[in-house]
Amino acid sequence: MAETASNDGFVVFDRVQKSYDGVNLVVKDLNLSVGRGEFLTMLGPSGSGKTTCLMMLAGFETATHGDILLGGNPINNIPPHKRGIGMVFQNYALFPHMTVAENLAFPLEVRKMGKSVREEKVKRALDMVQMGEFGGRRPAQLSGGQQQRIALARALVFEPELVLMDEPLGALDKQLREHMQFEITRLAHELGITTVYVTHDQTEALTMSDNVAVFDDGRIQQLAPPADLYEKPENSFVAQFIGENNTLEGVVTEMKGDICTVQLDDGEILDATPVNVSKVGERTKVSIRPERVEFSKDRLQEGAHLLKAEVKEFIYMGDVFRTRLKVAGNDEFVIKSRNAPDQVRLEPGNQIEIGWLPEDCRALDA
Amino acid sequence: MSDATTDAATGGPVLAADGTPLKRSLARALRRQKWRALMLIAPLLTFILLTFILPVADMLFRSVENSIVEETLPRTVVALADWDADSGELPSEAVFAAMAADLKEAATAKTHTKVGGRLNYESPGISSLFRKTGRKAKKFDLEAGGPWKEALIDINDGWGEHENWRTILTYSSTYTAGYYLNAIDMQVGTNGAEMRPEDERIYMKLLKRTLWMSCLITFACIALGYPVAWLLANLPMRTANVLMILVLLPFWTSLLVRTSAWKILLQQQGVINDVLVWIGLVADENRLVMINNQFGTIVAMTHILLPFMILPMYSVMQTIPPTYLRAAKSLGATNWTAFWRVYFPQTIPGIGAGSILVFILAIGYYITPALVGGTKGTFISNEIARHISSSLNWGLGAALGAILLVVVLGLYWAYDKIVGIDNVKLG
Ligand SMILES: Nc1ncnc2c1ncn2[C@@H]1O[C@H](COP(=O)(O)OP(=O)(O)OP(=O)(O)O)[C@@H](O)[C@H]1O
Ligand SMILES: [Mg+2]
Repeated sequence: MAETASNDGFVVFDRVQKSYDGVNLVVKDLNLSVGRGEFLTMLGPSGSGKTTCLMMLAGFETATHGDILLGGNPINNIPPHKRGIGMVFQNYALFPHMTVAENLAFPLEVRKMGKSVREEKVKRALDMVQMGEFGGRRPAQLSGGQQQRIALARALVFEPELVLMDEPLGALDKQLREHMQFEITRLAHELGITTVYVTHDQTEALTMSDNVAVFDDGRIQQLAPPADLYEKPENSFVAQFIGENNTLEGVVTEMKGDICTVQLDDGEILDATPVNVSKVGERTKVSIRPERVEFSKDRLQEGAHLLKAEVKEFIYMGDVFRTRLKVAGNDEFVIKSRNAPDQVRLEPGNQIEIGWLPEDCRALDA
Repeated sequence: MSDATTDAATGGPVLAADGTPLKRSLARALRRQKWRALMLIAPLLTFILLTFILPVADMLFRSVENSIVEETLPRTVVALADWDADSGELPSEAVFAAMAADLKEAATAKTHTKVGGRLNYESPGISSLFRKTGRKAKKFDLEAGGPWKEALIDINDGWGEHENWRTILTYSSTYTAGYYLNAIDMQVGTNGAEMRPEDERIYMKLLKRTLWMSCLITFACIALGYPVAWLLANLPMRTANVLMILVLLPFWTSLLVRTSAWKILLQQQGVINDVLVWIGLVADENRLVMINNQFGTIVAMTHILLPFMILPMYSVMQTIPPTYLRAAKSLGATNWTAFWRVYFPQTIPGIGAGSILVFILAIGYYITPALVGGTKGTFISNEIARHISSSLNWGLGAALGAILLVVVLGLYWAYDKIVGIDNVKLG
């Protein structure tokens, strides 16, 4: 506990628990530390407690147990309006009876700022999201993307140090979403704001964040930078949840330093990096990313264990080929290969051999 | 080049495929749709026409209609036209003779009491003049019976009174503003329209009281209904449903039962007074008077009209997501500011709808003020009802009703100017 608090955590969740009904814990023992200026994303399936965490931080829900610290001070007893946290809601929550400019001026007004200061700041915030022309409109007269930007500007206009966003891009189409992802990260970094961002879109999480906290079942399953999360998942939930993943099940038969040997259920043998296994005889789920699987003879390593595979389906996807194989009784095994001039196009029915580097193949919990 | 472009260039109409102008074929296509729509609403339209529009029109007509004098006393009306009411002299013998002839005819047809009744509204006492003269009028010998001036005055002194003749002259036209003048406490005197004497002015006072008390009732409904509507909209489903039943309960109870219940509660030997005396707040000989006055009317009517305020407010509040309040608080607003600047403005359409509904219902309310209003707490509608059902002065009742209608429409118009009628949401 003392350790989490000491790593310059600007926002700290210290063994936080939350229950709504007194029966089920929605958040179970949450420990999290967000550094100043960091962009942290909470990612997880629906109902995993992300919004709940955000609401506790914003002050709209109280933690059943544990402390939440902001800048080193516990905030459990500070009412929401004194926390000074900017918030962007999923449905924007722009006040429909006020114009865009009035919406933006609202947080400044309640802080009793003078008219000229207000106008100055509102103008700057509107320009920041490239909506300078729209100050006189009502929210209902704006498109979804424009409303989104106004909501962002409103959350930033009073210069909070911490901004929370709960699935702010959920209602936008793909193109606009990608554009806004870029805008949000740019602004967050330019202004040096600490951001806690909630999404269940993993691409969004991976492209935007400094760190991603993967939630499941009221716990953080892994907290890591995007690349680590994808390449070095620490348990099978994270491996499954982030990106596409192939899973094979078996038993550890040998441990040799940082390589272990796993015997699959149908008897075949492979090499893997032990992550969550420590001794021979343990059951494990082995995880391999589709693009790390090799099948052309000249790329396969001498002496490594290879698996037999039968091609079930070949899907042409433009930039990549996606091939579905049957491996060790599992016919949902997928490999991806780049569409290069010399790339082999496999045919359904082909019998091939596949292999990979042991460090790309991770033996996780069963 | 298409036809349409050429036509547009030459200024001619755009043609449809069969050569008819496009506008006309569109209108024809739309006409059939309109007819179908009209057929669908036809039953309701007929119903409304028969039960609402026609009676209202009839009422408006009755408030100015005055053909009874002209029809019953045709000769007198013609003869009286030459008489100068301001000369200070009684009409000439010709007028009296005409009156005798008219009266004989009317007495035979038994219509003399009706015209007497009509004129009695304007000048109390005339009714008995016609009734008493009418008894003898059947036996008038029109050829030999003159001179009629003396004969009539002989039968009843009233015929010698200048004012009575003036009244007959004033109300001899087919249409009259008399009912309206009456309804705003005026009368036609020697110098045209003038205010009635102070102690005879009742309707304007009553109208003002009606408007004022309706305002009070509306505000009481807003004040009491707003928190309830808020609770309804924000409580969990199941609790809200129970509360909703409580709100609707009055609808399922007879109006009379509810009003009587208030009587039992509020009267001087009633429950509330008993309790107040028992806990010592009020002395036994000083029991509060809470019924048969304005207070009683306001309390009972607020209770009866409350659901009409709560329901529109509730349905508007239900559409306001709680995130707005949260957003306001996250932006730094205190609970009060968040409510007042963000939540309240969004509920105004509901308040507006409820207020219009309650106010218009209140202004025309009749049973409750009649039962618990006593003399000080009655409304203009009670007076209208009295004229329609007991004094049978339908013209005056109609004029009062028309004034009420105009006031309501005027308020409606003002409301539209200030708040905007499209801001009203009933659900
Ligand atoms: N006000 C509430 N009362 C009772 N239970 C609640 C309440 N809000 C959320 N929950 C429960 O808490 C759990 C976590 O909800 P939460 O909203 O935090 O999920 P989430 O991770 O944000 O999901 P999503 O991605 O769907 O938004 C869910 O099982 C939900 O049913
Ligand atoms: Mg959520």
